[in-house]
Amino acid sequence: MIVADKKPIEEIIEEIKEHEKILILGCNECVTVCEAGGKKEVGVLASALRMYFLNQGRNVTIDEVTLERQCDHEYLEEIRDRMDQYDAVVSIACGVGVQFMAEKYHDTPVYPGVNTCFLGVTEKRGLWTERCQACGQCILASTGGICPVSRCAKRLLNGPCGGSVRGSCEINKDIDCAWQLIIDRLKALDRLDDYEKICALKDWSFDRAGGPRKVVREDVQE
Amino acid sequence: MKAKTPSKLEKMLAAGHMAVTSECGPPRGSDPEVIIKKADMIKDHVDAINITDNQTSVTRMCSLAACIRLKLMGLEPVLQMVTRDRNRIALQSDILGAASFDIFNILCLSGDHQSFGDCPTGQNVHDIDSMQLIQTVRHMRDEGKFLGGDDISRPPQMFVGAAANPFADPFEIRVPRLAKKISAGVEFIQTQCIYDIDKFELWIKMAGDRGLLDKVYILAGVTPFKSAGMARYMKNRVPGIEVPDEMVKRMADTPKEKQPEEGIKICIETIQRLKEVEGVHGFHVMAIEWEDKVPEIVEKSGLYPRPGSA
Repeated sequence: MIVADKKPIEEIIEEIKEHEKILILGCNECVTVCEAGGKKEVGVLASALRMYFLNQGRNVTIDEVTLERQCDHEYLEEIRDRMDQYDAVVSIACGVGVQFMAEKYHDTPVYPGVNTCFLGVTEKRGLWTERCQACGQCILASTGGICPVSRCAKRLLNGPCGGSVRGSCEINKDIDCAWQLIIDRLKALDRLDDYEKICALKDWSFDRAGGPRKVVREDVQE
Repeated sequence: MKAKTPSKLEKMLAAGHMAVTSECGPPRGSDPEVIIKKADMIKDHVDAINITDNQTSVTRMCSLAACIRLKLMGLEPVLQMVTRDRNRIALQSDILGAASFDIFNILCLSGDHQSFGDCPTGQNVHDIDSMQLIQTVRHMRDEGKFLGGDDISRPPQMFVGAAANPFADPFEIRVPRLAKKISAGVEFIQTQCIYDIDKFELWIKMAGDRGLLDKVYILAGVTPFKSAGMARYMKNRVPGIEVPDEMVKRMADTPKEKQPEEGIKICIETIQRLKEVEGVHGFHVMAIEWEDKVPEIVEKSGLYPRPGSA
């Protein structure tokens, strides 16, 4: 899933302080799972903002809506009828949702309420960690199912570097050395010999280096 | 192994001599005198001088410019190049720039992470890694072609080196990793600073058992301690360096004013022991901001005068 983290309330206030009718828009997908932008967080943020404006002696309308998704037309259309009631939206979906909202409601300012962080997993409640950088050319088959692009601080395709210490990355002992994990895994798969196969230069044109990306599937287009 | 490039370092190794290299860190400024002064201190005692490339990710004068400075002094530089800061366009371009000044040695590295340096909020590049940089230089030299496939007019003639750390984890892949660098095309290795000699000897024996020692020249890396504090720092704080407890104790048990001398002594003893180890073809003396001690270390280790010098 896409993992996001809440923005500090001060930053959100700074974004919206001039507005008077504000919609806080949540998303029921990834950001709900990582507890940054679901219905519950919409409620918490809306209450905090109401409190702030009340203390400022200002009469600001703060409404709450949480959509099934903010990355599909059909769900964003559900609020079209009421959009003329607002002079601003705070979307606490990921950056994808914020942008799709802004594209769809061209004359309404849409502000981000979360920082979109990475593609990751829930290790346990309150701990989400990165697994994928969407590089567009998956190499997991040759690295024992562990991704050095997203999990090695230097994204070494032929690691580890000399800074791997007792399974930890040199930049922080709380970060696993991806290459230690890869080697442990290759060993468990009885494939340690594969370590010596040199991983060729990567084609980063499928990554962001190639510019904004598209997946086109004519076979499923209507 | 027969020399394939005009590199003096390669010729020295191919002739079967114990080579000695050292390194100079470029200044945090543009004064060329800093490099000239450091190089002057060591030039008669070494065969080639590495110039570090923004080591520990602290911004400094670029390695290439400092290498050119050495060339202008008639010295033999080893251009250190990290993949942290340059993509494949910039790497190839800098290699050609170095080749245009007849810089004949390159050390291919990935580089310390930028979080250790003066620009921790900066981006890193890592378009390719050190293994792939070795392949890139060999491709440019041997095929005379760019990575993109076009011909290079006057290809670089570089003796290709890399680092090896016999001590980092996981230990079991340290020799396979060396083997991998050799298949990528590396021709010489400068190792991480050696303090744990037993572990180094185990590593090189394992490399020998796999038949790797005929395929690469290994220069053993040594760094003298300036103080007991430095020994403790290297042991506890520098990732991938192992310092045996008794060595730290030996420094700590020495009175403070005698500690620099003791550090030099340990360094010389290390060299003397490693000289006898099969597969060690020379030494890389990294006297960090202590270049003036290099001549003494080289002389007292019995590595002076340098073959071929006047």
